[in-house]
Amino acid sequence: MMARITAGIGSSHIPLLGVASDFDKTGEDYWRDCFAGYDWTKRWMAQQRPDVVILVYNDHASAFDMRFIPTFAIGCGERFRPADEGWGPRAVPDVIGHPDLAWHIAQCLVLDEFDMTIINEMDVDHGLTVPLSMMFGKPDAWPCRIIPLAVNVVTYPPPTGNRCWLLGEAIARAVESFPEDINVQIWGTGGMSHQLQGPRAGLINKAWDNRFLDDLSADPQRLRRIPHIEYLRETGSEGIEMVMWLIMRGALGPRVRQLHRHYHVPASNTAVGHIVLEKLT
Amino acid sequence: MTQSIQDYLAQFEDIPGTRVFTAARARRGYWLNQFAMSLMKPENRDRWKADERAYLEDWPLSPEQKDAVLARDYNRCLDLGGNIYFLAKVFSTDGLSFLQAVSTMTGMSVEDYQAMMLAGGRSPDGVRSIREGI
Ligand SMILES: [Fe+2]
Repeated sequence: MMARITAGIGSSHIPLLGVASDFDKTGEDYWRDCFAGYDWTKRWMAQQRPDVVILVYNDHASAFDMRFIPTFAIGCGERFRPADEGWGPRAVPDVIGHPDLAWHIAQCLVLDEFDMTIINEMDVDHGLTVPLSMMFGKPDAWPCRIIPLAVNVVTYPPPTGNRCWLLGEAIARAVESFPEDINVQIWGTGGMSHQLQGPRAGLINKAWDNRFLDDLSADPQRLRRIPHIEYLRETGSEGIEMVMWLIMRGALGPRVRQLHRHYHVPASNTAVGHIVLEKLT
Repeated sequence: MTQSIQDYLAQFEDIPGTRVFTAARARRGYWLNQFAMSLMKPENRDRWKADERAYLEDWPLSPEQKDAVLARDYNRCLDLGGNIYFLAKVFSTDGLSFLQAVSTMTGMSVEDYQAMMLAGGRSPDGVRSIREGI
């Protein structure tokens, strides 16, 4: 039996969601509806019990500064600690990697002409740890192994949506050639519409975001072709993070079924989007 | 590649109220951003808080960049090559949230900005394109 990707998850990774979780504010008026949209997923996840999550995210000037800007990087280490983002690390469990699978994927991707940066040591910031909190709550240890996959979406140009999709397809091929009977999920994180800078800050585009969520199952081929300028104009300067969802979607193959979906405005400056997609064979 | 890098970059100048973090800005703002990054360390934050101007003497920032940082003029910092995730180290050290700091760039009060977000955020209508006014 080979490893298999069974499902994909999309989710925002807004830092304030981590604060709300860490300080038990999720029952407050501001947060109740936002967090309630993840209850279904927490229950579903307890049944699914994935062995490994490939977690696509971006670093926000935490592990990477301007000295190195890897476009696609994969975490092959044994363990990754929550980053100190300026106010002390989040009080969440360490992230336990899966070096055998991560190195397998890294090698396959390079042969498949995706020239990955390989990371053995790094801290992981809210981009990675917030989705874990949203999907798993507050356990003493995360219930699965996690392979961080970091994407540059800060310095332009980030990878195109189509390139992200193709990387997702290549990751799926790599996973399917790993000779162990394990259940693997892939998560794409970031977004949805938000702009954190300049006079246009605070931009939210509910219609665009919801069309994006629709088309993850209805017309994913359209999403591959969305140019960067459209993300910038329609979803704000930080909405570009949504290209990372296309790595997840590309890895699921042609047919998926939407199991769950949630959209909420606002969390801080940002539209919260979340989707659970089952891979169909 | 279906589009030249010149055409790709030219489009970014047509977005109202937005500075895309291009290679040109990343080069111009290299030390501004690396200075901001240094505030990730508690001992550096202490030195910075004790004497901001003296702390900046250790960094090869332009006089304009130093003034913009000291004035917490974040729009000016963006113009001079700052990136918001790096500048976040400065406003976090000041004890400001993203929402509070971001609102200072909009010409709105924090209260009005927060109210706008609670009401669904800023509509993209009219702020997609300078040229087309849509
Ligand atoms: Fe992000």
